[in-house]
Amino acid sequence: MIDLQKWIDENTYHHSQFWDLKKLVDKKEKLGLTISLCLPTLNEEKTIGKEVIIFKSELMNRYPLIDEIAVIDSGSDDNTLEVAKNYGADTYLAEDILPHLEPKQGKGENLWKAIHQLKGDIIVYVDADISNIHPRFVYGLVAPLIHREEVKYVKAFYDRPLAFSGSVRASGGGRVTEILVRPLFSLFFPELTAIIQPLSGEYAVRREVLEQIAFPIGYGVETSHLIDVHNKFGLEAFAQTDLDKRVHENKPTQALGKMSFGILQTFIKRAKALGILEKADHETILRQFQVAKDQYQQNKISIVEEERPPIIEIEEYRKKFGK
Amino acid sequence: MNSLTNKLSDIQEQLKEYREILLANLVMIGEIPAPSFKEEDKIEFLLNRFKEAGISENSIDDCGNGIGVLSGSDGERSILINAHADTVFSSKVDHTMQVSADSITGPGVADNSLGLAVLATLPYLLKELDIELKSDLILLGGVRSLGRGDLEGIRFFLDNNEFDISEAICIEGVELGRLSYTSIGMLRGEITCRVPETYDWSRFGDASAILTLNEVINKINDIRLPKRPRTSVVMGSISGGSSFNTIAKEATLGFEVRSESEEVVDEVGRTIEDIAKEVSSKTGDDVELDIFARRKPGGIPYAHPLNRCCREIMGSLDIEPRLAPSTSELAALIDKNIPALTLGITKGSHIHKMNESISIDPIYKGLTQLIGTLIAIDGGQCD
Repeated sequence: MIDLQKWIDENTYHHSQFWDLKKLVDKKEKLGLTISLCLPTLNEEKTIGKEVIIFKSELMNRYPLIDEIAVIDSGSDDNTLEVAKNYGADTYLAEDILPHLEPKQGKGENLWKAIHQLKGDIIVYVDADISNIHPRFVYGLVAPLIHREEVKYVKAFYDRPLAFSGSVRASGGGRVTEILVRPLFSLFFPELTAIIQPLSGEYAVRREVLEQIAFPIGYGVETSHLIDVHNKFGLEAFAQTDLDKRVHENKPTQALGKMSFGILQTFIKRAKALGILEKADHETILRQFQVAKDQYQQNKISIVEEERPPIIEIEEYRKKFGK
Repeated sequence: MNSLTNKLSDIQEQLKEYREILLANLVMIGEIPAPSFKEEDKIEFLLNRFKEAGISENSIDDCGNGIGVLSGSDGERSILINAHADTVFSSKVDHTMQVSADSITGPGVADNSLGLAVLATLPYLLKELDIELKSDLILLGGVRSLGRGDLEGIRFFLDNNEFDISEAICIEGVELGRLSYTSIGMLRGEITCRVPETYDWSRFGDASAILTLNEVINKINDIRLPKRPRTSVVMGSISGGSSFNTIAKEATLGFEVRSESEEVVDEVGRTIEDIAKEVSSKTGDDVELDIFARRKPGGIPYAHPLNRCCREIMGSLDIEPRLAPSTSELAALIDKNIPALTLGITKGSHIHKMNESISIDPIYKGLTQLIGTLIAIDGGQCD
């Protein structure tokens, strides 16, 4: 396994490192790259207008970092598409892309079809339900791909404590990440625990990678990406950027249960295919995150689940109770 | 003037291309809380926009105002464009802006995030529209304007700047058609009634700061106001008490006296002072009067060339001018004898409520009238 702390130190960014958009655009143009932004939607009329306006104004008109903004919709019954179109996004219904394929319902479907529909060498995916949208959600993810040729997949994480005292604090993802995905990765894919928020819905990826990986249609898409890209290209292909705070609607626990169920299915399918389920016994280190000063550190906790046998097997017990 | 009004419809059409630029600025400015005295973050955003537009002369003054100077080709004249940066909403309020197909909703979007967004976008728009002015354009994002701020920001700027300002335009988000060129005499204050700490609580139930304030209100309502010069007392806000079943220990009335005559304002002010003393002595409660803002009436005449010119521009854009006196930044400009106007940019609703909203479509007209007026001033047509 590679030195994870070294990887974290070298591949973890903060969006403020890329504030100079002019410099970024110059480099992008020099490299001859094209970048597409994909916003997958389903009934997002409340937030989509603002996202399109901000990205179009800041990252197309002022600083031409992205070449197209596309909304790919799963069939909203509100005005999502009208609002997005009105502000200048290209709008598509997922079912109209590759129409001869049987349509499937789910965010993963939209992300996958975007690869066919959009033109960019890099595709940035940003969820459409973010209410504190800001250009950093795109440039923070695209910048490592522009600056470093070897990076292929940049994942967002959000880390801005509201109140914090002391020198070390816990960091990491949401409930599903910390309860399900991080323990699973610690067991089977310890290298992937270096990704601070494996489930974040914002990432920028090179086309050459996207065209080679399968897309679960539902909740498992982010998890599967990490496993597949890691399997094909190694951890070196990843980078991650802190985008500060992300404000969106909080999901109830039951919805998280559904999400976890989908993720587990995807996970088991891949773990089986890669033949790693048997390795479960070897890893007993849970890897969580903490921040000390400005450095993200892995907090390794050894959790060995020892067991006692049924007590009937103990001689003293049998003697005492005459069994 | 005719050639200018002919040009305006082209400008209005061209402006539509820059919709996202303006609206993105509006959303980003609107989402930065800026209650009076805490406008720093909004001013910083404004200054960043000035810098990005290549305005090298930009700074924050000692009072916190954000200033950018767009140099003109000859710089013989200096025109001030002002928008106040503060809003009436506390930083604790959720400042998320919501964008629909034809409107934007969120606290402070109309008063005055839109005004400030126009100020932030104006250098970019002038450049894109190839409008090069002869005059220097001084762009001022003013702080501490509203309520207890009492125009402190713009007054500080006017007292301490080195420009020789010939004309000024104040931008307000709403209401399109607004044309203010006079300031009305005004006195703004609060009356706070308190049940004294030494109050004898055995006088069960017959004391309350709210009842005392009610007495004050009734007496203010009984003041005989002259019909000419036009005068009014606005009792704008009231607060007091804490629950259903507790005697209110404190109650406050926010009010404004407005009149075309400074003498009448002063006279009504003295009467309110007497009322406060009288009610205090009758009830035994403390009645405190705090007057924290005053304006003198004044302004330019209806026939002033600046005023006439602006009405012509509005007319050519089918904007019905709504002439109304102002007690906002215009008053500070009038005090300095600077010919000035306040213009509104679009239509709005639910002003000062959480669902404050502005219409997007009329913005182009509002912007065109502003740019048209600027060109007219710059061309000497308002002299």
